[in-house]
Amino acid sequence: MKKLSWFHCHSCKETMAAYLFLLPNLLGFLVFTSVPVMASLLLSFVEWDLLSWPPRFVGGANFVALLRDPYFWQYCGNTVYLMMSIPFSMAGSLILALALNQKLRGIVFFRTVYFLPTLCSGVAIYMLWRLIYNPEFGVFNQFIAKAGELLNLRLTGPQWLTDERWAKPALIIMGVWQMVGGYNMILYLAALQGVPRDYYDAAEVDGANGWQKFWAVTWPQISPTTFFIAIMSIIGGFQAGFDPAYIMTGGGPNGSTTTIIFYLYNNAFQWHNMGYAAAIAWVLFVIVFAFTLFQWRFYGKNVHY
Amino acid sequence: MDVETDNNRLERRRTLDQVKRSHLHRLILQKIGSYALLSAGAVSMVAPFLWMISTSLKAPGAVFSFQQTWWEEWIPTSFVWENYVKAMRVVPFLNFYLNSIFVTLCVTLGQVATSAMAGYAFARLKFPGRDRIFFGYLSTMMVPGAVTMIPVFILLKTLGWVDTYKAMILPGIFTAYGTFMLRQFFMTLPKDLEDAAKMDGCNYLGIFWRIILPLSKPALATLTTFTFMGSWMNFMWPLIVINTQEKFTLPVGLAYFQSLHHTDWTLLMAASVMMILPILLVFIFNQRFFVEGIKLTGIKG
Repeated sequence: MKKLSWFHCHSCKETMAAYLFLLPNLLGFLVFTSVPVMASLLLSFVEWDLLSWPPRFVGGANFVALLRDPYFWQYCGNTVYLMMSIPFSMAGSLILALALNQKLRGIVFFRTVYFLPTLCSGVAIYMLWRLIYNPEFGVFNQFIAKAGELLNLRLTGPQWLTDERWAKPALIIMGVWQMVGGYNMILYLAALQGVPRDYYDAAEVDGANGWQKFWAVTWPQISPTTFFIAIMSIIGGFQAGFDPAYIMTGGGPNGSTTTIIFYLYNNAFQWHNMGYAAAIAWVLFVIVFAFTLFQWRFYGKNVHY
Repeated sequence: MDVETDNNRLERRRTLDQVKRSHLHRLILQKIGSYALLSAGAVSMVAPFLWMISTSLKAPGAVFSFQQTWWEEWIPTSFVWENYVKAMRVVPFLNFYLNSIFVTLCVTLGQVATSAMAGYAFARLKFPGRDRIFFGYLSTMMVPGAVTMIPVFILLKTLGWVDTYKAMILPGIFTAYGTFMLRQFFMTLPKDLEDAAKMDGCNYLGIFWRIILPLSKPALATLTTFTFMGSWMNFMWPLIVINTQEKFTLPVGLAYFQSLHHTDWTLLMAASVMMILPILLVFIFNQRFFVEGIKLTGIKG
């Protein structure tokens, strides 16, 4: 029997080539993703300030402390509260997509303009909104004051970012502005273009008006997209809020705009409670995982027509 | 008999015309309504940006004054271009710019190159453990970045890499997402060309370089634009790993600027305009890839 040498065996050559192609990415993936995921689980069971060695094993104490930490619950509440921007922006995205889904001129122009806030999201935009919400010379309060002049009233707008009651609504308004014309609108537009024309024709034959056509044809047809956008936005929402909190409010006033991720950052990189921060990260992971599972389970069951 | 049917026919046509005409009226009304809605939306999207630009061109005192008419709020009486020069002098803004460009280019090139190679291996080559490794990639895609952030920081600290460019670049390069996206795209390419190339004695590198990559330009462009954007705007990670001002990227530099000059609105806005500009240019030239990319990721999940 002829013995095949390593280099002359076809599949061995393919295997070698495959591992060489994979190597750089796999190495990076192991070092910066998969090992750290494991490591953070281990970290969540220790108490460590980065300086002392070795870290002190505390079992589940971090998680117990977390569940008893009133601040953590407050910040979870803030995170969920701030997600109120999701339904508003989704409704806006759908309305804009419906308006765009016609034979109109200038669609590309509108699409570009609507995408600007999503495109430029970041430190610069949050600084801009800090100016917009300035109580004295920001756009909103000037507008309120001028509207008051017209009505012969002395109207003063809220203190927005420095008022505990108004800071969250301010961030929600900004969030809607940022999200309404972005990814979600483009996804809705794609979904609308995928609804078969025949369905509308059939509805028209039955004498349905625009409103009825929307609820009987469009809405059920795009329900998978709505579901997808909602779940992805919620998953993103749980991890959101660091940049605006850091730039605009510092998490205040009185912790009213601190989100889970901002609390995690403070614990890890300001106060050096590495174990506690890792525990927060894992709680976050469990929440996100639950929503992902939910999506997998229900995708194709409840939403398809 | 004949006359009657003709009359009937005429009658029917008339009503049909009426229906059509009312339908046309409705359509025109609908179009006007749509344009009104879309324009109102466009104005509210753009207005904050205009406010940003106009503030960046105002004289410092003009931001605070209240004796202006409404149009003076939006169009400065005199354009103070000096703000831009000043903004660049107050902090080493040019330095931040160069840092951002360097880090973004490294991350983008690194990510596209390594993802394409790995994606090719997963999509086209057979090797033991392929499906298991790929499942490993997939299962980390939903892990929040916050989970890996802390251990990666500790790792960089033990290596003595904190406050280096490496610390900003390396962790940004390797994402399961890029590999996954390109693998999905490579799977859709026809296999005939590869088989022909193999017959001609082309090796795997040749196939990858001469066939797979040229056919995948749209997908590569999409990944490039998204990675570029994400890296350019990334604030949290550089904030965590960089301590010295010389290595600040634009977002961190801008935040630092704000911490020094909390109320110098004209300068802050001038700096913001300068930060947004490159992204805007990239977007205008790559718009198509954005839209396609969003649809691709959205539909595939």
